[in-house]
Amino acid sequence: MIDFAMRHAFADFPLDIAFRADVRTLALFGDSGAGKTSVLNAIAGLLEPQNGRVVLDDRVLFDRAAGIDVPVTERRIGYVFQDGRLFPHLDVRANLLYGARSRRGQAAGFDAIVALLELAPLLARPPTTLSGGERQRVAIGRALLAAPRALLLDEPLTGLHAEARRQVLDYLRRLKRELGVFTVLVTHHADEVAALADEVVLLAAGQVAGRLAHDAFVARFVPAAQPA
Amino acid sequence: MTDWLSPQDWQALALSLHVAVLSVVFSLPIALALAWLLSRKRFPGSTLVEALLFLPLILPPVVTGYALLALLGRNAPLGHFLAEFGIVFAFRWTGAVIAAAVMGFPLLVLSIRVAFDGVDTRLEAAAETLGARAWRRFVTITLPLSLRGVAAGCVLAFARAFGEFGATISFVSNIPGETRTLPIAIYELLSVPGGMPGVQRLSLVALLVALAAAASATVIAGGALRRKSDDG
Repeated sequence: MIDFAMRHAFADFPLDIAFRADVRTLALFGDSGAGKTSVLNAIAGLLEPQNGRVVLDDRVLFDRAAGIDVPVTERRIGYVFQDGRLFPHLDVRANLLYGARSRRGQAAGFDAIVALLELAPLLARPPTTLSGGERQRVAIGRALLAAPRALLLDEPLTGLHAEARRQVLDYLRRLKRELGVFTVLVTHHADEVAALADEVVLLAAGQVAGRLAHDAFVARFVPAAQPA
Repeated sequence: MTDWLSPQDWQALALSLHVAVLSVVFSLPIALALAWLLSRKRFPGSTLVEALLFLPLILPPVVTGYALLALLGRNAPLGHFLAEFGIVFAFRWTGAVIAAAVMGFPLLVLSIRVAFDGVDTRLEAAAETLGARAWRRFVTITLPLSLRGVAAGCVLAFARAFGEFGATISFVSNIPGETRTLPIAIYELLSVPGGMPGVQRLSLVALLVALAAAASATVIAGGALRRKSDDG
């Protein structure tokens, strides 16, 4: 469950977004500049809103009025960035284990995640040798191995060619089915929303422009597709 | 080779290497901390700190040496205070380390700062979301990704310290076996009759050390540039 409210005046546009959702996968859908990534950054703690409140599963992560601001390192949010952001000097195994080591914990489920995302052949490779799709799979695995309370996916398929896109989408479907981590997906591709999201918040120019359940979204934005 | 250099020559060379290495070793932690602050934080007075950092590069070295004497000499308040605890820098080899460290410090900080600036802070943010606190981010992300710049800075600072003359002779004078470094030995030989062969010998040694340092810096910096283009 997420309860999110944020007001923030950027230099070029104001952002005023509030929503509450109790689903497994929530999508934030909108064009570039709608404020989608800012919402993710605020949930992760990388952006401190001028006003607002972020509550995840009854745990207050941020509340400007109450003076609460849980440090990024304590939020346990798995963030998969649009560009992967794998550490170039570490091999895939070390990248995957980075979050688990930060929390001095064992990488519980390492083998399971490696198997789920089919990462075993990549473990010894440096990130610079990976394809775009492989990089995103490692980034997803790395985020999951830090035992997150929520997973944030920022345009995880952008920049991938059609085949890699289809593959990563399949992995994300499998993750949703088998792990059940609460996930916020940011995208401007309707097919990704249709494949993964239970509910959709439509964003436009820093505002909430509407909310749709999965089927209603598909009917409106993906008329040719069957609901996933 | 041992016959080629006199015992005094060897003494001066050994002292110079000793002083240059220690000056880098002791100033490196401070330089890392200051470079990180300047690269990652904006704080009141940061511009002033940056300006002050350049002073040893701009001031005549003799003036820097005099400033050290005025600060750490036996009759200076701080020097007098430290002497109470048996810590004396003026006219000691430890003072030569201080002088060399001060003169090499700007090169060290600036090189490391440029290296830190080159590290993608988005990677540090990613590490933060994975639970890595500031020290772990620095040790596991920032430092490894800027290691070549740090190493190049160390080589430059070493070279500057090895060639240091003005600040050293002003602060710790010319005491054989204690503060007579290679450049000071060359200077002394220049002013005595028949000293020219010694000047030539020591100058050749200085040239060889300088070439080795310059080659190291070039190799390290070249490696950093290659890695950057590979990443990019």
